[in-house]
Amino acid sequence: MNGAALPAPLGLLAELTHRCPLACPYCSNPLALEGRAEELDTTTWARVFREAASMGVLQVHLSGGEPASRRDLVEIVAAARDAGLYTNLITSAIGLDHARLARLKDAGLDHVQLSLQDVDAETADHIALYPGAHVRKLAFAQSVVGLGLALTINAVIHRANIEHVAGLAETAASLGAGRVEIAHTQYYGWALRNRNALMPTREQVRRAMLEIERIRPQYVGRLVIDLVVPDYYARRPKACMGGWARRSLNVTPSGRVLPCHAAETIPGLQFWSVRNRSLDVIWRESPAFQAFRGMDWMPEPCRSCELREIDFGGCRCQALAVAGDATATDPACELSPHHARMLALAEQDSSGTEQHYAYRGRVVRDPTARP
Amino acid sequence: MPETSSPKLPERPRLAPGVRLHFDATRGAWVLLGPERVIEAEGPASEILRRCDGSRTVDQIVDELAVLYTADRAEIEIDVNDMLVELATKRMLVA
Repeated sequence: MNGAALPAPLGLLAELTHRCPLACPYCSNPLALEGRAEELDTTTWARVFREAASMGVLQVHLSGGEPASRRDLVEIVAAARDAGLYTNLITSAIGLDHARLARLKDAGLDHVQLSLQDVDAETADHIALYPGAHVRKLAFAQSVVGLGLALTINAVIHRANIEHVAGLAETAASLGAGRVEIAHTQYYGWALRNRNALMPTREQVRRAMLEIERIRPQYVGRLVIDLVVPDYYARRPKACMGGWARRSLNVTPSGRVLPCHAAETIPGLQFWSVRNRSLDVIWRESPAFQAFRGMDWMPEPCRSCELREIDFGGCRCQALAVAGDATATDPACELSPHHARMLALAEQDSSGTEQHYAYRGRVVRDPTARP
Repeated sequence: MPETSSPKLPERPRLAPGVRLHFDATRGAWVLLGPERVIEAEGPASEILRRCDGSRTVDQIVDELAVLYTADRAEIEIDVNDMLVELATKRMLVA
């Protein structure tokens, strides 16, 4: 694909830090996190935002880790807004009191996305491994709405909370959120390690999807319900990232630029950094962005498939994780030779025998160890 | 379908918190930005949206558009209503 035909990106995911007070077992960040000493400084982020805006990026998603772990978060939000970007903060609420949130609003923050782990404090705090988190999240949501900011609730769905999707939507509505994301776990990074403790059964997924469609009409005009679909029980793959290197970029805390959040799991890809190159040059020329851009890389059955410009072959990281080959058709597609294997993995992992999560930074219990 | 599937329009509509009209200089086009949403707002759409400021009634917006485009008021009214209902359904308008 030549440079002139390149579409302009729309979105930038800015991972400000990998530091996070929570330890959610479904975290899709990598197994090895980048440390605080490697993080980009405020000035560099401001430059990245200006470069992104001049390339055509419209929205920046400030993420992590927990973005509030950065002391310069207010300055970062101001820099994003000064660059002309729609500014979305993705947070757990931990580290953000009412006063700091008010400063973020004054800096021009457009929207807040708050994670909830479950409907009840006890189970939610167990999932996040952070006592008291849920209650603080509810109070934070009141602050967001009270300040007149837009609020989305994001709930990552897995075996322990999938029966509560209707309750999560109702919680979001009662908090005054305008939108809720019911996001089935994406099994990348740390989440892949916990797949056998997180995977719901096919029947649970079926019931949860029906439940969402049953309640959706009662929230029309009040609460938008967006779904992130469960790949492992799908028949067709998602259009991951809207196509590789086609709509968005991801900058890690240390400045590495990725075509998607999980791209570092793919061996052999070469990532460039904003420390020594402009975002525009990276978007156009970086080997990692070129690797799966367009259609030329596609194998069969994608290459001749009429849906190839709809789903773009699905997700490269999932192809690697399940089929062992990042250049393969996403096994979520029923036309993939690995599709049956993916379903078998899901059915095996959802059998419910594994109840314990592996939490980041905590010793995994070794059954052979002496007490 | 339940009767709740089409929301009531606010009397004096304005864009919801977290929703704003933005001129996209790269693409040379007006867009409506919201949570995880980018909606093209070309021509008449941007003229309708910039009038959703909480001060005008839907009727006033229709009047102004009919003048601006020297068009049949009844036709404009249908277009404005369709657009506002769609935005209200997406919770991008508030009273």
